[in-house]
Amino acid sequence: MIEKKNLKDRTLGEAMQSQGISRRSFLKFCAATASMMALPPSMIPAIAEALEKARKPSVIWLSFQECTGCTESLTRSHTATIENLIFDSISLDYHHTLQAASGEAAEEAREAAMKENWGEYLLVVDGSIPTKDMGYSTIAGISNLDMFLQTAAGAAAIISVGTCAAFGGIPHAHPNPTGAYSVYDIIKMYGNSELDGISSASITNNSGGSVINKPIITVPGCPPIPVVITGVLTHYLTFGTIPELDHLGRPKAFYGQSIHDRCYRRPFYDKGLFAETFDDEGAKKGWCLYKLGCKGPTTYNACATTKWNNGTSFPIESGHPCLGCSEPHFWDGGGFYKALSIPTIDIPTTAVYAAAGAAAAGVALGALNKSKKSNADKKHTNTTIDDLEKE
Amino acid sequence: MSISSSVLDSFNIQSSNELTWNVLPLLHQIKHAIDNLLENNVNEVIDLRSIPLAPGEEDNLLKILGQGEVKAQLNALGPSEILETQFNGVWLITHYNDENEIVSRHIEVTFMPDILFSQKQDIESACQRLNEKLQEKLQEKQVNNTTDSEQDEIH
Repeated sequence: MIEKKNLKDRTLGEAMQSQGISRRSFLKFCAATASMMALPPSMIPAIAEALEKARKPSVIWLSFQECTGCTESLTRSHTATIENLIFDSISLDYHHTLQAASGEAAEEAREAAMKENWGEYLLVVDGSIPTKDMGYSTIAGISNLDMFLQTAAGAAAIISVGTCAAFGGIPHAHPNPTGAYSVYDIIKMYGNSELDGISSASITNNSGGSVINKPIITVPGCPPIPVVITGVLTHYLTFGTIPELDHLGRPKAFYGQSIHDRCYRRPFYDKGLFAETFDDEGAKKGWCLYKLGCKGPTTYNACATTKWNNGTSFPIESGHPCLGCSEPHFWDGGGFYKALSIPTIDIPTTAVYAAAGAAAAGVALGALNKSKKSNADKKHTNTTIDDLEKE
Repeated sequence: MSISSSVLDSFNIQSSNELTWNVLPLLHQIKHAIDNLLENNVNEVIDLRSIPLAPGEEDNLLKILGQGEVKAQLNALGPSEILETQFNGVWLITHYNDENEIVSRHIEVTFMPDILFSQKQDIESACQRLNEKLQEKLQEKQVNNTTDSEQDEIH
């Protein structure tokens, strides 16, 4: 037990030194970390200094109504050396898919980690939380809602991994049969006392604590990009703070710009060159996929730069429109292959006349896109087998 | 052959010069960085993973930069390759993991990339290791001398 305590108390720098990892290797690790966290390379010395002093935080990972795609994304990212070092530098005390223990032993591990690190552990959640009938999703006989509220009460911060935890995702899609909500919604509802049937025992424990006002970092995506998940964990590990977030709680480093703005096909959009079908001349020449339903203009994520499968490509590079999976209600957005809006102006001509005019047109199109997405969401109707057969 | 070009070949994806709009601005950025290095002694690092490059653009950029006089390889948490391009002071640094997958790729405009310098902490550790080695040798010599003198006494 003493040995375990000593290991936990070691800084990352000390842990690396004891493993015979050279300072040069550590600098390489920091260079890869800066790149992963989307920080400028000039931050590498600051990252090295902070990481050397960082101590292992306890992490409890809860999986609720989910498909395990988020965990798959993370564990199959294949950048073994770097990610192993990061996972060596956190104490993943509970993750029911990955841990060896099961049943009561697994739950004891969670409770022990909570007790030992009350107020200091990171809570990672993937999957949405059902509220209609507590029996829809349980772990060891504990409803997802109870387990979340118990565990969240002692967390230093909550990281909602994947669109289901971040925004409700597919379980929340119309007609939402399980009454699924995101982590943020649950905390908001709890704060407003809108949830019925929750016993007081489920929201406080021996140490007291409340789930209200916990910092929440949302890391949406279906699934999220693996390095974005590890990037957020590493940011916390490095600086001990949560990264700068946008209005939806997403780290700006990864979700600060739209897919459209960072897309290598953007110049085709600006020239008004669009693929009209998946096999026309435009598609073969790699033109913009806007008219084929690309949700890049309303989607904020790092796919266009970080890319997938170790930087090989991303959906648009493979010739498929962006589905907008890191945005709220993406499943109810009106059809993956329906264009957000068809440009009603001659973009190239406008661009030639005045840059300011083109910028204004861009803003107008953006507003139209958002309005169309919102309307599609409101007017959502169920797709039937008949509809599918017609197509 | 790089990963991206082999993927393009296997799927017969056509990439044309029309797509390479990022190459020219990047070359201008490198030119400004060289000016800054010469005039103000300021280093600059460009993270190629942070730039939305079209298929083939990275290959085009690396082809233009070419290979210069220096090529160094590291073996630290997986291999790394440090190349001075044909434009002196412009270095291409590629870090790989244990499975030879690229984990980061930077262009550094500097007199010498930091990663090539021996680190003080590593030198201190090396000094300690060398000292231990010398002590070990000294002890071996003392043991040998003792054995020799014992044998001399027997004779």
